[in-house]
Amino acid sequence: MLNYLIRRLLYAVPILLGVNLLTFALFFMVNTPDDMARIHLGAKRVTTEAIETWKAEHGYDRPLFVNTQASGIEVISDTLFVDKSLKLFAFDFGAADDGRDIAREISQRMWPSLAIALPTLMVGLLCYLSFALLLAFFRGTSLDTGGVILCVALMSISGLFYVIGGQYLMGKLWHWFPLSGWQTGWESWKFLVMPVVVGLIAGIGDSTRFYRALFLEEMGKDYVRTARAKGLSDLRVLFRHVLGNAMIPILTGVVVVIPRLFLGSLIIESFFGIPGLGSYTIDAIQAQDFAIVRSMVFLGSVLYIIGLVLTDLSYTWVDPRVRLE
Amino acid sequence: MRLLRVAQFDIPAFIPVVFLGGLLSLLLTACSGPANSPYPPGQVEQSILYSAFSVRPKHLDPARAYAENEYTFIGNIYEPALQYHFLKRPYELEPLTTESMPRIRYLDQAGREVPVTHPALSFTEYELRLRPGIRYQPHPAFAKRPDGTPRYVPILANELATIDRFDQFNETSTRELVAADYAFQIRRLADPRVQSPLFGLMAEYIVGLKTLANEIAADVKKSPKEAFIDISRFDFPGVTVVDQYTWRIRIHGKYPQFQYWLAMPFFSPMPIEAERFYRQPGMADKNFTLDWQPVGTGAFYLAENDPNRVMRMVRNPNYHDDFFPSGHPDAGKRLPMVDQVIYSLEKENVPYWGKFLQGYYDASGVSSDSFDQAIRVGADGQPDLTPEMRQRNIQLSTSIRASNWYMGFNMLDPVVGGLSDRGKKLRQAISIALDIEEKISIFLNGRGVPAQGPLPPGIFGVREGQSGINPVVYTWDGQQPRRRPISEAKQLLAEAGYPGGRDAKTGESLTLYFDTMDSGPEAKSRLDWYRKQFAKLSIQLVVRSTDFNRFQDKISKGSVQMFEWGWNADYPDPENFLFLLYGPNKKVGNNGENASNYENPAFDRLFERMKEMENGPERQAVIDQMVRIVQDDAPWGFGYNPKSFALRHSWVKNAEPNLMANNQLKYRRVEGTARAAYQAKWNQPVWWPVVLTLILLGAMIWPAVAAYRNKLKATAHA
Repeated sequence: MLNYLIRRLLYAVPILLGVNLLTFALFFMVNTPDDMARIHLGAKRVTTEAIETWKAEHGYDRPLFVNTQASGIEVISDTLFVDKSLKLFAFDFGAADDGRDIAREISQRMWPSLAIALPTLMVGLLCYLSFALLLAFFRGTSLDTGGVILCVALMSISGLFYVIGGQYLMGKLWHWFPLSGWQTGWESWKFLVMPVVVGLIAGIGDSTRFYRALFLEEMGKDYVRTARAKGLSDLRVLFRHVLGNAMIPILTGVVVVIPRLFLGSLIIESFFGIPGLGSYTIDAIQAQDFAIVRSMVFLGSVLYIIGLVLTDLSYTWVDPRVRLE
Repeated sequence: MRLLRVAQFDIPAFIPVVFLGGLLSLLLTACSGPANSPYPPGQVEQSILYSAFSVRPKHLDPARAYAENEYTFIGNIYEPALQYHFLKRPYELEPLTTESMPRIRYLDQAGREVPVTHPALSFTEYELRLRPGIRYQPHPAFAKRPDGTPRYVPILANELATIDRFDQFNETSTRELVAADYAFQIRRLADPRVQSPLFGLMAEYIVGLKTLANEIAADVKKSPKEAFIDISRFDFPGVTVVDQYTWRIRIHGKYPQFQYWLAMPFFSPMPIEAERFYRQPGMADKNFTLDWQPVGTGAFYLAENDPNRVMRMVRNPNYHDDFFPSGHPDAGKRLPMVDQVIYSLEKENVPYWGKFLQGYYDASGVSSDSFDQAIRVGADGQPDLTPEMRQRNIQLSTSIRASNWYMGFNMLDPVVGGLSDRGKKLRQAISIALDIEEKISIFLNGRGVPAQGPLPPGIFGVREGQSGINPVVYTWDGQQPRRRPISEAKQLLAEAGYPGGRDAKTGESLTLYFDTMDSGPEAKSRLDWYRKQFAKLSIQLVVRSTDFNRFQDKISKGSVQMFEWGWNADYPDPENFLFLLYGPNKKVGNNGENASNYENPAFDRLFERMKEMENGPERQAVIDQMVRIVQDDAPWGFGYNPKSFALRHSWVKNAEPNLMANNQLKYRRVEGTARAAYQAKWNQPVWWPVVLTLILLGAMIWPAVAAYRNKLKATAHA
């Protein structure tokens, strides 16, 4: 298993390099350093000298990939790409274009994101699996049909509708929770409930249908018939055998997202005023802050790779037949 | 894990504990105030003003900040020498930290005083004298050890490692404001590391500022990045510190508008201790910079700067004597009148508006989404509050902003540009065809007034009534301006050589190009409206939507034909608008702010006279001539002047709009008890949906349980 892990980590290096190269190329295809300077300096009284000074201050006055003015290794090394990319591999994200330290910002903003995403995932998993098991248990009945229709209806509605509808009902009409905002510490609980509930409801449709399909597939298998033939109760078959055997695809879906819970949700964070990493990323894209964008893309890639490795490891835990070599 | 047995199921014991705990917390919160209050219990009764910001400010360094959302904060923290009188209209400057208005002297090349009209006038010198006894907010940069050396300079790396938040600098102190602080800030405008947006303009005026910038730049190259450089050691004839309280600023020639700049944060005092404190290794890594932790003498200081969540300003305990101006019920009361101002991050309009209606924000603007809910326009065209707003005792104030929004013609363009009759009549025809009144009504809900020229209402030089209309586009019907009929526009178009929208020589239909930053589905109806306006003249309009950067780039290269653009006043002087049409300020070639690249020698000559004149009948006459020239040349389709709609709750006092003052928060007053009562009244929780939800859940679970039991029974019988 150790060899497997080392191999996977080594694979990660070229993947991260490729992601970084792609992000860099795409960003600078759309934005020139002059554009970035203009965005940061504003529209009033911006001179050509001010743009040049800004570029020099932020290191954007160098060539992108090849420095034809340099010689030797500096042809490659004294370029914007190498300067801005290499430090990422040491998790040195540097400063944003407004001067604020990115690593510090990430370390502060990952907790609010996690505070929303973790309960949404855990409670959601519990609800979706229970609901899916219920529908699977009563498959073919009017309860199952009604549940599936409800799921299809729920998944057909835009996520934004749930956000605005949730805010309207729970915040504005019934006055249960603040419409938006955030507090640090235990005070944050009242700002968490509504986004979590909204996240749960928004996810019911597609998750329940997915899990129901998994359970139905398992329930049609021979071992289930054998278990029933042995006289096991329906509930025991469902919880002990069907659920256990459906865990591999469930884990595939769940474990891979766990590391990315830190990255937050763009819409939920923006509408509920949660100062998480989702809103950090979207703000950076709008402000054309390349330093933040590349850091967040890099971090997202690293966490995704970690998620995939964890998924592979979890297979061995759930299914003793699986061995990583 | 401990399990509880409920019916036939084992459940972890912590689940009911958490559930009951949550329910209890909710009930406790409900008892101590509205359950949906975003603020800690007991806070809303206090003298605190609640507001919100949608975009985090980029800069809080007064030499660098230049945006409205940045001035909201630093305008109340830093104190330039002058300020705008809170109540007087038209806007009037008055001393803020100085004993009196600046003493102005005119000098010749040798430094001898000359009369203002003297041909040898080479410099203007502003002498300012501080009021003694003004002190800075408590700040660690001023803290000292017993031996008199700064407590935190130098700061050891291991000590800095223990400090994560700015309030963890336990030792703070203050000192008296001195003239050298103002002089130091002016020098900072030239520091290339500060990147002040005002440097380009001020380098043309303040004597020696450009040379100072070159000297600092040379020193910066030799020094480690972010190292402290004592910029006060360079020779700089532009600013002289006469004594502890007096300083002089020397500018080239005559520039009466310079006084307005002295009321802007660019010219606030900056203690050299602050620069020395922040430019230590490791400080920037913790976001301890002048750009994020201001140090001023103003009515408030920034006690909490978490732009991801909240920015909290607290009354400066060292604030000097300052009293509400006369002519008002609160006259003579000590300022500031609130203890704190809390700005929460609110990115979206929907929750912002919702929280305003719940009483959790004290004031709000009126966005397009909420316009119909808040405002109704009467038969007389005047906006008024809806009954729902009146029921809540919400107050409305409107004001025309010192801004304009226009459609510019690129005067370098061979079709729409030039001062020849052909180009001029084409532009005049388009100006008539553009039905700005309709645009304001459809797209702005009436939040604007059609512009009659380059100057917005409220600025000296604007004529009211019949004498103020743009005769090229409007006639006067005895009561108000009336747009000329489209037939006149068609006639002008024909005279320009495009009868029926076709080139008289080639017979080809006229196609024009319009550049705009508007794009996406929301902009479609607006851009269609533009096409419709041009179609009235049978002109085909090609809209080129682009992003901010491309647009800026095209404007600076002059590769546009027509475009939308606007300007917010820096100060209430006609010069600040008319300079947008001054030839030497052209974008193309000169990189100025004249985006239309308009150049009319007659206008330029008048501008050079006007900008040096004092307000009075003579200046008014010159402005009249200038306005008439641009109305005739029509380098802009004069669009509209935006109108601000501001709503506030009845417990907020002294919120009269002042569009020029940056330090208005000190005048605001809040009745916290009334606010708490209204909030409690408006936010009674509604619990029946909880009961209904439980019943619905039961109704969903019961059939499942029944079906399961039936299934078991069926199996048993079988």
